[in-house]
Amino acid sequence: MSEASVRPAKDVRDTQLDAAELHARLARTWGSGRGLLAALSTVDHKIIGRRYIVTAFLFLFLAGLSAVAMRLQLARPESALMGPDLYNQLFTMHGTTMMFLFAVPVMEAFAVYLVPLMVGTRNIAFPRLNAFSYYVYVFGGLMLWVAFALNIGPDTGWFAYVPLSGPENSPGKRVDFWAQMITFTEVAALAVSVEIITTVFKQRAPGMTLDRLPLSVWTQLVTAFVVIFAMPAVMLASTMLILDRLVETHFFNPAEGGDALLWQHMFWFFGHPEVYIIFLPATGFVSSIVVTFSRRPMFGYLPMVLSVISVGFLSFGLWVHHMFTAGVPQLGASFFTGASMLIAIPNGVQIFCWIATLWDGKPVFRTPLLFALGFIVIFVIGGLTGVMVASVPIDTQVHDTYFVVAHFHYVLIGGAVFPLLGAVYYWFPKLTGRMMSERLGTWHFWLAFVSFNVAFFPMHILGLQGMPRRVYAYQAEMGWGPLNLLVTIGAAFFFLSFVLFLWNAVTSLRAGAPAGDNPWDAGTLEWATSSPPSPQNFDRIPFVTHREPLWAQRDALTVVAGLAVDHREVLVTSVTEARPDLRETSPAPSIWPFVSAIAVGATFIASIFTPWGVVWGAAPVGVALICWFWPKGAPEDEE
Amino acid sequence: MRSPRHAVVVAASLALAGCEGWQSSLDPKGPHASAIHDLFWFFTAVCALVWALVVLALAWALWRRRGLRPDPLSIQGGRERRLTIVVSTLVALTGVTLIGLTIASYASQRRLFGPQEARLTIRITGHQWWWDAVYEDPDPQRTFSTANEIHVPVNQPVLLKLEASDVIHSLWVPSLAGKQDLIPGRQNLLTIQADRAGVYRGQCAEFCGWQHAHMGFLVVAQPQQDFDAWRNQQIVARAPPDDELRKQGEGVFLSSTCVTCHTVRGAGAGGRVGPDLTHVGGRQYIAAGALRMSAEALAAWIVDPQGVKPGVHMPATPLRPDQVQPLAAYLEGLK
Repeated sequence: MSEASVRPAKDVRDTQLDAAELHARLARTWGSGRGLLAALSTVDHKIIGRRYIVTAFLFLFLAGLSAVAMRLQLARPESALMGPDLYNQLFTMHGTTMMFLFAVPVMEAFAVYLVPLMVGTRNIAFPRLNAFSYYVYVFGGLMLWVAFALNIGPDTGWFAYVPLSGPENSPGKRVDFWAQMITFTEVAALAVSVEIITTVFKQRAPGMTLDRLPLSVWTQLVTAFVVIFAMPAVMLASTMLILDRLVETHFFNPAEGGDALLWQHMFWFFGHPEVYIIFLPATGFVSSIVVTFSRRPMFGYLPMVLSVISVGFLSFGLWVHHMFTAGVPQLGASFFTGASMLIAIPNGVQIFCWIATLWDGKPVFRTPLLFALGFIVIFVIGGLTGVMVASVPIDTQVHDTYFVVAHFHYVLIGGAVFPLLGAVYYWFPKLTGRMMSERLGTWHFWLAFVSFNVAFFPMHILGLQGMPRRVYAYQAEMGWGPLNLLVTIGAAFFFLSFVLFLWNAVTSLRAGAPAGDNPWDAGTLEWATSSPPSPQNFDRIPFVTHREPLWAQRDALTVVAGLAVDHREVLVTSVTEARPDLRETSPAPSIWPFVSAIAVGATFIASIFTPWGVVWGAAPVGVALICWFWPKGAPEDEE
Repeated sequence: MRSPRHAVVVAASLALAGCEGWQSSLDPKGPHASAIHDLFWFFTAVCALVWALVVLALAWALWRRRGLRPDPLSIQGGRERRLTIVVSTLVALTGVTLIGLTIASYASQRRLFGPQEARLTIRITGHQWWWDAVYEDPDPQRTFSTANEIHVPVNQPVLLKLEASDVIHSLWVPSLAGKQDLIPGRQNLLTIQADRAGVYRGQCAEFCGWQHAHMGFLVVAQPQQDFDAWRNQQIVARAPPDDELRKQGEGVFLSSTCVTCHTVRGAGAGGRVGPDLTHVGGRQYIAAGALRMSAEALAAWIVDPQGVKPGVHMPATPLRPDQVQPLAAYLEGLK
């Protein structure tokens, strides 16, 4: 197909046009058009990524509000603010939303937006699947929160242990909504993972060997693989739970030969990698920020990459440390102690490399770096308490107490939310073309940093003093009142810090200083294009000669030429060396991913109420998919 | 709302005072809890040191004096090599530290979960939301059942066989030992031992539904003689009521729905759904630690269990006002 003679006559190449006309014609080719139908049909990874980010932050605020409500209840002993019914729904919604509707999707959202820009391509691989995944995710999240609003929200925790979540102990539809929400989120997450892996392996700009891949992209790549291997476990588990509940199978019923612990194994086989699915992309953000604001390339690029990969592998060997008190054999438990200790080493390597980079560089203290530094201070505490809970004897005391609540909030907020906030400050100019306010950003950072520690550090002590998790009330004679009040005050201020953040984002969006292409003088490819990027991302695909291409070629990037202008075409390159391989047509906008998502969503929801939902739902799903994949004759198909 | 500063002061003082709590892993009163306590503080000391060193290194990296660096790509080979040596050393030290901690953990695990001789075995079954305790004995005559409060002799390892009837629960008495789950279809074992006489509180640690928060448990550790006396007294049936009010109360008990769920040995009530009430008056709390034992508390509980523990499986018992007081007096008298 590289033969010029078989090319259609009208095929205009970028070599034939001057810069201005090339830009305009590419923008027309890759643009999404106007109107509602066009908005729903778009396959632009930037538009979908932006929607993903905004939606995930919306869920963050909902989950944060439910946390504030719980903290008000726990501020004093035997509070009558709410009963166990609402409280149990709230902590289930909080955990479920934070894990499944915020943390995982927001990391994917950044991948969807940034990875194609960072590897220098024009769109994500399988862009229609990308649109589909977003709509499926939105419908799943909406279903869960509508159920909660109707007071049929799930109430068995984000982990939904059987037999409590089984048909006998949780009649009604609450748990079914939870289990089906898992299905929605998993479909979305698996789709994005496939897109990211394909984009990274096959659509990198020529010259971007794996050795020159930005660390942020490495983390997204490893995360995508972790998702692909971890998520099926929980999908299987939630499907078996639904079958137990809807069609009376007995997978988890010990009275009929099922096993209650089976659920825990399958859930945590996913649930522990899940932590790294959230954490690894965050380390990628930190690497990007540290490099840019240290003003030097990452110290120890290779050890960093190897650490990320080994964390990905090791994350699958830790799950039983969530079950040390469930009566697993001691020899088996010790294996998981060893594995849990071991994962501290690659994480330690990353911390040391960041500090070494900062040490040898010349740090510029802007808001993104503040959040990256806050991340190191907080996350190391979470990591070290992680080493403590990896010990079986210690875990038998602190498991399922507020000590563990403190531990994983240090890990997840310190390890993922702080880097994420840093990432928003860092990439906001790229997404919007405007800078966020540094002054508000500094206030935001210090308010968040201090209030986070006020809210979560005392929880360590509460747990050691015997306060279990997931209690809606506690008696005054337990003596936990004052520390709980302090925690609630900290939580309220922590929530305020997010309001401040939102305020900063909204005002900056309207009146922030114009950013320009590369406001931080960063080195990676996403800064080589305009802010916000035009629909085609790059007028000419860069040719990469260095890990930090924009630092290596300050005047003008070398580019490759020869891509079509009048239809969507991306350059496919080889996996390791990124040698140009093929020109491949990239799908045009289509409404069918949206229609398919509606059909799939309706099928999933209907199947909660009757198994026949699957049968009747198959027809519209089938029709929508046929329309989606109807062959239209892409140029290379005809050759 | 109190001022934050006031709250900080109160919290700080209570954080220290909390070490003397009756449900606290910071206040071990048995060999198992003590061993974990020592291991915990060893880990904490090492981890605190590591954290302090990391933060110091970070602070130094940020604020050390340094020369100009016009081009971000100007890397000095010599400095890079020195940094490599430093970072590799730190990684190696991390590895050594982790190996040390792992060995300490394994040693402690071996001590805690190794084979142990126990002369007393209690089978504990978790229910939503109370604990059934059966004192096992080779002689069936000496087997008896009680609920939510167990007595053990001091300085004696006691084996707990843990089972569950409905959902997963977890038994946790932090002053004596770590927790262990009670799982339907399985039996887990936990050995506890108290070094000192006293009352140690525990509660369910695995989320088990609406009243997970009110699923308390007491371990009363007594000198051997006191324990034997208590045990012998638990084995016998209830003493017949000796006054008019309590006789009337037993009549109410036997003629109401109470008997469908509760046992009072000797009175002819043999329900197995709820706690054994034969000696309920001798317990310190009712409703799994929710209310302190008194006739008033019993009356309140019987009349409106949903008001005390929303969602509890015990139904409200329809009683006339003149029946409540005798019934409460009767139950309180079941020492």
